[in-house]
Amino acid sequence: MNLAELEKEITRSWPAGVKIQGGGDPRFLLIEPDIGLLRDLCGWLFTVASLPFCGTIAEEGAEEWELRHIFYGVKGGGWVQVMARRPLAVNTFPSISTMVHAASWQEREIEDLFGLTFEGHPLLGDFVLHNDVWQEGVEPMRHRFNARTPVAGRRPDPDWRPRRIVQAPGSFIMPIGPVFAGANESVHLELETVGEDVIRAFSRLFYKYRGVEKIAEGRSAQDVLLLAERFSATTAFAHALAFCQAVENICAVEVPVRAAVLRIFIAELERFRHHVGAISAICESTALAVAASQTAILEEDLLRLSGALAGHRYLFGLAALGGMTQDLDNKACRDALRKCQEVLRRLEGLEEMLRFSSSFLDRLEEVGFISTAEARNHSLVGPLARASGVVHDLRKIQPYSGYERFSFETPKEREGDGYARLRILFEESRQSVQLMEQVVAALEPGSVEVPVRLRAGAALGWAEAPRGAAFHWLRLGEDGRVARYRINPPSFINWHGFHLSVENFAFQDLPIILATLDLSVAENDR
Amino acid sequence: MSQWVRRGIQTGIKTTAYPKRQETAAGVSPGLPIGGDYPARTIAELIERCPTQALSEIDRRLVVDYRRCVHCSRCRNDPAMAVVWQQGYEWAGLAAGGEQPELPGNEFRHSVNILVVDAGDCGACLHEVKQLNNPYYNMHRLGFFITPTPRQADVLLVVGPGSDQMRVALQKAYEAMPTPKRVVAVGTCALSGSVFGPSFVSAGGIGQILPVDIEIPGQPPPPLAILHGLLAVVGRKAPVALTSPELPVIPKERV
Repeated sequence: MNLAELEKEITRSWPAGVKIQGGGDPRFLLIEPDIGLLRDLCGWLFTVASLPFCGTIAEEGAEEWELRHIFYGVKGGGWVQVMARRPLAVNTFPSISTMVHAASWQEREIEDLFGLTFEGHPLLGDFVLHNDVWQEGVEPMRHRFNARTPVAGRRPDPDWRPRRIVQAPGSFIMPIGPVFAGANESVHLELETVGEDVIRAFSRLFYKYRGVEKIAEGRSAQDVLLLAERFSATTAFAHALAFCQAVENICAVEVPVRAAVLRIFIAELERFRHHVGAISAICESTALAVAASQTAILEEDLLRLSGALAGHRYLFGLAALGGMTQDLDNKACRDALRKCQEVLRRLEGLEEMLRFSSSFLDRLEEVGFISTAEARNHSLVGPLARASGVVHDLRKIQPYSGYERFSFETPKEREGDGYARLRILFEESRQSVQLMEQVVAALEPGSVEVPVRLRAGAALGWAEAPRGAAFHWLRLGEDGRVARYRINPPSFINWHGFHLSVENFAFQDLPIILATLDLSVAENDR
Repeated sequence: MSQWVRRGIQTGIKTTAYPKRQETAAGVSPGLPIGGDYPARTIAELIERCPTQALSEIDRRLVVDYRRCVHCSRCRNDPAMAVVWQQGYEWAGLAAGGEQPELPGNEFRHSVNILVVDAGDCGACLHEVKQLNNPYYNMHRLGFFITPTPRQADVLLVVGPGSDQMRVALQKAYEAMPTPKRVVAVGTCALSGSVFGPSFVSAGGIGQILPVDIEIPGQPPPPLAILHGLLAVVGRKAPVALTSPELPVIPKERV
């Protein structure tokens, strides 16, 4: 079903109360239902029309609240945007998460940061801003809130305690984090158990909340690019790319062909490096020391390669509004590709050995299982979803930067366990190097940057980051400064599904499951 | 499993010769700008371009405050007025008020246990800290070990600008460490807040929360820079200046 067919289907099924706006960007189907129909319409899109959910954007307008629920247009590409408005004085919206479970965390976040209430949502409060540090009602994303200074007069809740659901005799909560085991990102996990198996898992995130979306407001687009690049540095280029594309969409700028091709080259280099690192982390979690060291060597080789090629090991400072900041030499790209091919060859040698290391496989197979139905229900993205049979690859379904010119496969597995996720990482690494080969062959001389004249407007930018689909929604004001910035990173979407993979597994599987899920806290917390 | 043993031996030694000899491989460091004499107009233009006020003009010379540099490359992308960048990595300096490490023979002369706390890091600094365990850097050979518990830790390594909701955990971790103890702040965020802080949820660096001894600039500092910082905190390497050119007094924070 493409967007035109979907539009017909909506008019047929929803004859009254649903406005469809024509014109504008043909990649977007804009729907505005009556507020009373919002929940049912979103539920219909999610369940009957089977559109995966992508994210929610809340915005405080001059007179009214604007809420945009965005769904994928699946097969035919494009996006479906469901718009809802309320006057500023009425700060409640009907919750859609009773019908669209994937929207649950989006609504919780908006409730915590904007102070909007979602009628019918079962669990609101204490999400981004922890109640043992902040009082309710701080609402930092409101325009009236000053982001520059610390909040005075904190009244944290001294009685805050973790929620206990399991009431069986002898049950207890095993707390983990925020500072735990070696060099880990700060996250707090509460695992409810009666002994060996985890019965219920609860993740408390946002210890690292840096308010990126808020502090971006009022800054120039150039400076917000630095934020976009630096909030999750292990996938810096993908996020910088998504942000640049949002700006370019607003300003209707066409990036030069050479810049677009180089962007793919760098994005795939980053994906390859990230996946090798993720594979290394999996080997390390299973205490297979030699394999962990061997893959760590490959990762460091790729980091050094990035540093020598682009001047920064994590590829900072490469993406620019309207292209790339520097032109990479054709020969340098060819040399980099040769080294990547060499790294891939060694990685494949290790893959072959890992496939026959039974002690390693025993720790991964049938562990950390996420079913296809649950992956759909949470609209999970990235390698994690592909291992459970849900393929959302933005490079395929809504190509950007010229990905449609190149041929590659998006791998898919059905099992949804740790081993399936490992196989996806290996296969995507192969595809990335193969894409880089095509890109280097397609390099043509030309400029790499066009000037961007900033203008007011709003647009969505997207990129398939190594961990999955990343969405950056941006509104520029009349002065060319950022008025509203919304990042919907893949880790935020995927942490929502974290509990699925841990529940009903033993404690000692937790580090391995965490490694195979490859969730980033920095990317989630923003 | 014998195949893994064989593979390990076949790989040979990958480990860097640092700190005995300097590491010269390409791509081990992103580099930092070097201050000094530049034409007056260039200096003014460069200061204008720098997004984090790392550049300033003192006595008609360009001064780079390494604690603020975020490697955005804006001062070197334009060939007409480009700052020269050094490619070194021995960047760790003594924090203002930090304890001067004594020469070998101090209480940190044996193996050192390090507790790593992430206070709002973007993932890069932490990732580079993890790289210290890979065969290229292998900090165990120098007697450095990462410990999961503050009770065993001698050195607290903090990454990130000091996010608000990590403040309590960070302070608790510091207080739980036995004395003598040292604090190392890793990365531009931990030194000055970088592009994130100070704000309503971030401190402008770890120094506002804990007494920092050694500061390692860089976003992220490469593994060798972190290694230099660890060697400096135990007195096995001398700390270097945090500005270029070196200033007797580090300039006060600008708002």
